[in-house]
Amino acid sequence: MAEPTTAVKERKWGMVVDIDRCSGCQACVVACQSENNQIISTEDIVQQKRPHVWMRVERYWEGDFPNQKAKFMPVMCQHCENAPCEPVCPVYATYHNAEGLNVQVYNRCVGTRYCANNCPYHARFFNQWERNTDSPWREAFSSAQMIAEPMNDYLNPDVTVRTKGIMEKCTFCIQRIRRVTRTAKDQDRDVKDGEVQPACVQSCPTSALIFGDMRDPSSKVTAKLKDARAFHLLEDLGTKPSVTYLKKIDPNYKPAKGH
Amino acid sequence: MQERKVLTELQINDRLLWPVLETASWWWPAVTVAALVLGCGVTAVTIMVTLGEGTTGLNRPIFWGFMIVNFVFWVGISHAGVMISSILRLCQAEWRRPVTRAAEVLTVCSLATAALFPLIHMGRVWRFYWVFPYDFDRMLWPDVRSPLIWDPSAIFTYLTGATMFVFMALLPDLGILRDRTTGWRRTFYAFASLGWRGNPRQFKLQFILGILLSGLILPVFVSVHSIVSWDFAVSLVPAWHATVFAPYFVIGAVHSGVSGVVTMMVVLRAAFKWQDYITPDHFDALGRLLVAVATAWLYFFMLDLLFAIYGGETREVGVMEQRIFQWPWGFFFFLIIVLGYIIPVSAWMFRSVRRNIMWMFAISIMVNVSMWLERLWLIIPGLQNKERLTFDWAVFQPSLIEIMLVFSSFGLVCLGLLMFSKFFPLIPVWEEKEGQLFREEIKIGNRIVPAIVRE
Repeated sequence: MAEPTTAVKERKWGMVVDIDRCSGCQACVVACQSENNQIISTEDIVQQKRPHVWMRVERYWEGDFPNQKAKFMPVMCQHCENAPCEPVCPVYATYHNAEGLNVQVYNRCVGTRYCANNCPYHARFFNQWERNTDSPWREAFSSAQMIAEPMNDYLNPDVTVRTKGIMEKCTFCIQRIRRVTRTAKDQDRDVKDGEVQPACVQSCPTSALIFGDMRDPSSKVTAKLKDARAFHLLEDLGTKPSVTYLKKIDPNYKPAKGH
Repeated sequence: MQERKVLTELQINDRLLWPVLETASWWWPAVTVAALVLGCGVTAVTIMVTLGEGTTGLNRPIFWGFMIVNFVFWVGISHAGVMISSILRLCQAEWRRPVTRAAEVLTVCSLATAALFPLIHMGRVWRFYWVFPYDFDRMLWPDVRSPLIWDPSAIFTYLTGATMFVFMALLPDLGILRDRTTGWRRTFYAFASLGWRGNPRQFKLQFILGILLSGLILPVFVSVHSIVSWDFAVSLVPAWHATVFAPYFVIGAVHSGVSGVVTMMVVLRAAFKWQDYITPDHFDALGRLLVAVATAWLYFFMLDLLFAIYGGETREVGVMEQRIFQWPWGFFFFLIIVLGYIIPVSAWMFRSVRRNIMWMFAISIMVNVSMWLERLWLIIPGLQNKERLTFDWAVFQPSLIEIMLVFSSFGLVCLGLLMFSKFFPLIPVWEEKEGQLFREEIKIGNRIVPAIVRE
């Protein structure tokens, strides 16, 4: 039997988001929600402004009518190397694993919400309500059932359903990473580049999202890291995110004259 | 200063012990009201824990709200009692005698109330003990890098210290009560007084313990609010991560705490008819202390603003802009300065105001309104994150549940004080007697002045 050597130690998962290719279709948002058993964003939940969108597409308007343009920026947990959410958790419910993932331990979380306050990307979501309850008290506050019938039949068996009072966030679809690495180990081979695909990456129609191992010099992600358009969100905070963004290309761009 | 009636020992006993030995006519109604107010909070907690934190106004990215504000407020109130008591004990200031115990008990009650708030604020309250290093067998340790570990450690150290402090000063009085009661009360006091006989050796040991505890608790008292401030200062939230926060919070705590003691003393004086014990002299002294404390507080308050402007970091300046110029924070800013500094300090400048009980009562409440708003003003705007990732801007709106919780915390503190007053004298009887022993009248010119004689 092959030793489990390659799988854990040497990887550092990362994602590249090409803003230029993003059309703002929100397919990644829906894919993420159904893959990860997130609560259903019913009308009530949305009116409370509490939908869970581990992957969200931020839309910014630029310019004035009629020359108005929409810009889209998909934002998810940045899996920072130097994550602000990690040292503030009193119970180690969030920590960094050997594969460069920022991991949330649902069982251990007590819900102090300090991590969410400290996350500059607002990537963390709190389970505000008891999942499904018939309590008459509940009606007074919110009519929402978190995952109502018949949607509870559609839950992904690979992902836990979170209870109230704990924090959750993007995991880079750790269940898919595990499945692929285990399959590779069984077949006694290395994980191929592009073999691991989080739900958002898989569903992106324009291939704006690329996922891979940043330590693998031949991976697509590593190639994009050197792109002149590459930047990180809120880079000045020193969080060292694992998600790299590629700037939008300005078609009207002309290099400055002189100099 | 210090012109008091000379009272005999029996008079002192009667006047100071009556709330314990008899039941004042207002006691039961007061307890009922306090319990109802507290019940309001118990209901709110029950709803919040059963249904989830959704019942509060907390929403991404504002995850800390009224409960944390209220926590900081009550920790602040708890700061005056032990400070007044231990500093004055160490300085051997004679006028402290009637004030100390009530102030210490206010510390214990408000600190215990404060400690409740981070707990009920947790998403999974029933797992609160996970922040304590208890699980040795499974090697599951809490993360000592987190301020939320420093916080309970500091608060429980302070709570333990303050409770010991109260108990130490209570021992001789427990002895007196044991000798004056019958039935189960006598059994209780006999047990609690730890065999107090009032002989010179016991008094000497108790005196030494008092000095030691006073000295030990002062650093703890400074550390507690510093650590509470680090909950905010070590974070990455703009306008929270300010190095000035620790001393700023401590001085703010003393400001609101001493004002809290003033409020409580006015109530005690009227409720227990202790006009001969709690005199205008005390209010005068506390008023003068408050002028210094309030000015120091204003200095740090302004420093906090100055550092944001001086640093010129866009996000920090953005939060400050929001705090000062945007509704409702700008209005709160105005209230904080006016109610917390301008009106009180200009009033405390006058001796006649400092010695006027009703004025002191009104002003002390004003100061605490301002200090509560100050904590709100410090905590919420930073979280609303008005500068980075603008897509997620949000506004905090407290829900009825949170307002009920804040309201009920006052009921809990009052209930604690009322219960204490029924079982123990709120003015130390033995200290009063000791004070009478040390006193001697000295004639200077035409006036008879009380003087303190010590061996």
